[in-house]
Amino acid sequence: MSEATAPQSPPGRAALLRRIDPAVAASFGCIVLLLLVGSLYSRSFLSPDYLLQQLKVASFLGVIATGMMLVILLGQIDLSVPWVVTSGAMMACAAAAHGTTGAILAIPFGILCGAAIGLLNGIGVAYLRIPSMIITLATNAVAQGLMVAYTGGFSPQDSASKAMRYLATGHAVPGLPNAVLAWAIIGGAAIWLLSRTTFGRAIYAIGNRERAAYLSGIDTRRVTMLAFALSGALSAFGGVLLAGYASKAAQSMGDAYLLPSIAAVVLGGTHILGGRGSYLGTVAGVILITLLQSILSVMQISEAGRQLIYGAVIILMLLIYGRQKA
Amino acid sequence: MTEWRYWLAEQRGTLLAIGIFVAMFLIYATNHPAGFSANMVQTASNKATLLAFVAMAQAIVVITAGIDLSVGMILTLTNCLASWIVVGTATETALGVIGVLGTGVLCGMINGAIVIFGRLQPIVTTIATGAMYYGVALMLRPNPGGSVNETLADALTGRLFGVVPTSLVALAAAALLIWVPYSRSVIGRAAFATGSSEVAAYMSGAPIRAAKFAAYTLAGLLSAIGGLFLTFFSYTGEAAYASGNAYTLFSIAAVVLGGVSLMGGRGSAIGAIFGALAFRTIGDLLFVFDFDPLWQPLFQGIVLMLAVSIGAFGLVRVRNRLEWFG
Repeated sequence: MSEATAPQSPPGRAALLRRIDPAVAASFGCIVLLLLVGSLYSRSFLSPDYLLQQLKVASFLGVIATGMMLVILLGQIDLSVPWVVTSGAMMACAAAAHGTTGAILAIPFGILCGAAIGLLNGIGVAYLRIPSMIITLATNAVAQGLMVAYTGGFSPQDSASKAMRYLATGHAVPGLPNAVLAWAIIGGAAIWLLSRTTFGRAIYAIGNRERAAYLSGIDTRRVTMLAFALSGALSAFGGVLLAGYASKAAQSMGDAYLLPSIAAVVLGGTHILGGRGSYLGTVAGVILITLLQSILSVMQISEAGRQLIYGAVIILMLLIYGRQKA
Repeated sequence: MTEWRYWLAEQRGTLLAIGIFVAMFLIYATNHPAGFSANMVQTASNKATLLAFVAMAQAIVVITAGIDLSVGMILTLTNCLASWIVVGTATETALGVIGVLGTGVLCGMINGAIVIFGRLQPIVTTIATGAMYYGVALMLRPNPGGSVNETLADALTGRLFGVVPTSLVALAAAALLIWVPYSRSVIGRAAFATGSSEVAAYMSGAPIRAAKFAAYTLAGLLSAIGGLFLTFFSYTGEAAYASGNAYTLFSIAAVVLGGVSLMGGRGSAIGAIFGALAFRTIGDLLFVFDFDPLWQPLFQGIVLMLAVSIGAFGLVRVRNRLEWFG
């Protein structure tokens, strides 16, 4: 905002306007644009039913992208998402097959498995100083190996527990899907974590310069390890929700979430090298990606065309506002 | 230090990769049920060359401190394209091969142009362009099919003089004709300089942009050669998302095994080739020891994890803790 307009508006508003991240604003603008384009094609794009349905689909990606964002803020990346998602889903379903106790423990057990893989990533990155791209790739391969050995390479027969299905498809509050509610709670927690706790501030500090963060007394290795564990847990929780939605786990169900989660975080204005970004931007990025996928499929564009447009749109949007400072 | 010591220090990663490969291959060959024969070497080398080409491509980009996550998709795209145009008479086939290689070069140039002139991060750029290349591949081959000039295919996957596998000769030729001149040229030295410190390279007047552009272009070309060979082995084209992704991920693994530093500036494509050969041999080891193939992904994952953890031993020698944070 230019200096000239600032004095005329109330001081609170000027401060607010200055605080708005251009990337976040641009992605919300793109969401509105997408909805307008969609509504030209069909009236139903603006109906509450459709929007709520999209929000529900977005919440799976949203939960996973939350974890990815924590890691990207550190200046690292988590490529183990595909098989952590699948492991979370498969392990939760496997636990659900063991009677009542199993059904009760299904969700925590799934999340715990994800957190364990995440912890392994974290130890590798923080204490062994292995580049995150490599160690997460390796744990992804190990998780895949474990799951393939466990299931014999087929889709497992176990189905999701009642609680998982309720969490993904039920309505605790009338009119609001539980999945959206779960994302809202996790999102709220993430905002609180990132802006109100020392842990959150430490994540930003490490992303900016780990050396400086270490010298100012932050236990950078512990923070990094915990962030990776959280990312694993959130990915696995996303998998649990997906399994509840489809009522069972499947091989490679997580493959479709790695690139969109990175794209959502980056489109939302989080810097891929870490240290900068807001959770609101990630929310915008997630909704943007989900809407884009949905509109392309409603327009009955073939899978090939969808991939092409999807990639082109990401590049275009980044070229508009995601460029590095020269 | 004398001359050869410098050389040894520079080539340590490459030599280690060669050592790992030779050890693995000896175990493999001595335990192979059919024994050590030209036939066995031919089968093994045909399987490994594909990954070796992609690994070379990845290494050339990684040396400039970038990364190309679209190599697998360029391989898939060129595979689909080759199944259309590398057919018919000798002239048509030759034109087809040129067309396929040209497409790879074009894909690489697009990546390079976006990274250099668009100033986007390589990792996000190549994820998005990879999606686009996959879209084009799907358009070319919605269903697996097509054919290839079988005379040429058999010639390039057979044996030269009845002993040496032709695919290995092609690999060696690619290394000699592409990597050796490139790494000794001004552009190649600039690529190494850019990788170790872009600022320093800029200050010394090295052609940074040309170096990066050449690296991405060569990566496209080498991936296209890989795609061409995939067509020669399979006689068909298939737009398989999972296998394209696997090639990308394995190429990173091969590069790390091959002693190329992901931070850039250190390593060689020769090392990456041996990294790829070693990685493939690891997968085949299970076969000769008669393990259930279901355990193969897990085994590969664990070996990859151990291999990347070896680098962590260097941490013990660090005198100043600040060096942890690079």
